[in-house]
Amino acid sequence: MEVTLNWFLSLSAVLFAIGVLGVLFRRNAIVVFMSVELMLNSVNLTLVALSQSMGDPDGQILVFFVIAVAAAEAAVGLAIVIAIFRSKVTVDITEVNLFRH
Amino acid sequence: MAAQLLFFFLATVAVAAALGMLLSRSPVNSALWLVLNFFCIAGLYIVLSATFIGVIQVLVYAGAIMVLFLFVIMLLNLEAPPKLAGIDWARVAGFLVGMALLSQLVYAIAAGFNMTPLAIASSEAMQTGDAAFLAESLFTRYALPLEITALLLLAATVGAVMLAKQRFE
Repeated sequence: MEVTLNWFLSLSAVLFAIGVLGVLFRRNAIVVFMSVELMLNSVNLTLVALSQSMGDPDGQILVFFVIAVAAAEAAVGLAIVIAIFRSKVTVDITEVNLFRH
Repeated sequence: MAAQLLFFFLATVAVAAALGMLLSRSPVNSALWLVLNFFCIAGLYIVLSATFIGVIQVLVYAGAIMVLFLFVIMLLNLEAPPKLAGIDWARVAGFLVGMALLSQLVYAIAAGFNMTPLAIASSEAMQTGDAAFLAESLFTRYALPLEITALLLLAATVGAVMLAKQRFE
């Protein structure tokens, strides 16, 4: 417990940036999902660090709910990926254009 | 001092694992790098003495969610299966030693710029990270959101089954 808060905030900023890069540059839908999970995690890290430094448990409760919603999001998102794969036989997000037709 | 070194080690491995997820070509490798990243973040929660969230992180993220990802990758059978040639322990050891050296370097640079000290309040933090302390407000003040989360998870389960179900026509 001797690490200053700024380091945790910087670390989660770096992780968030890597997640954004993954969403922007990867074309595999599953890897894009994993990048979203990474971003959620970096935000969780920020919340826990701030909550612990302020001695207020509300931030960690919010993290608990974020994890629950992330589980739901992963389940539904991967189901959508499977449904798209069944009709298109690809998980490349640049080849999915459901709005065109 | 020990907590600082642990923080720098875990942070360096977490960033390296995130970069590995971003740069590796196979989705299976990406998923495994992400598992390493989640474990490092769980370790950081323990460093922050948020033990409950750390355990939840390992159970839900590194356990359930990543197994779901790997399961879907396996189900879609995206490419040739990765080689199961056994673990090259020399490379694992090299990765760990390299990460340890890099984290020490970052720590030394940070110490050189006088940027390490100033503790986060510790005795309070010890208490607020405790499962009993969190459960107290989770089941009183936040009882309604907890129930709504249960509903959300039920809806997500039903929705996932509906979406992924094989259609019999």
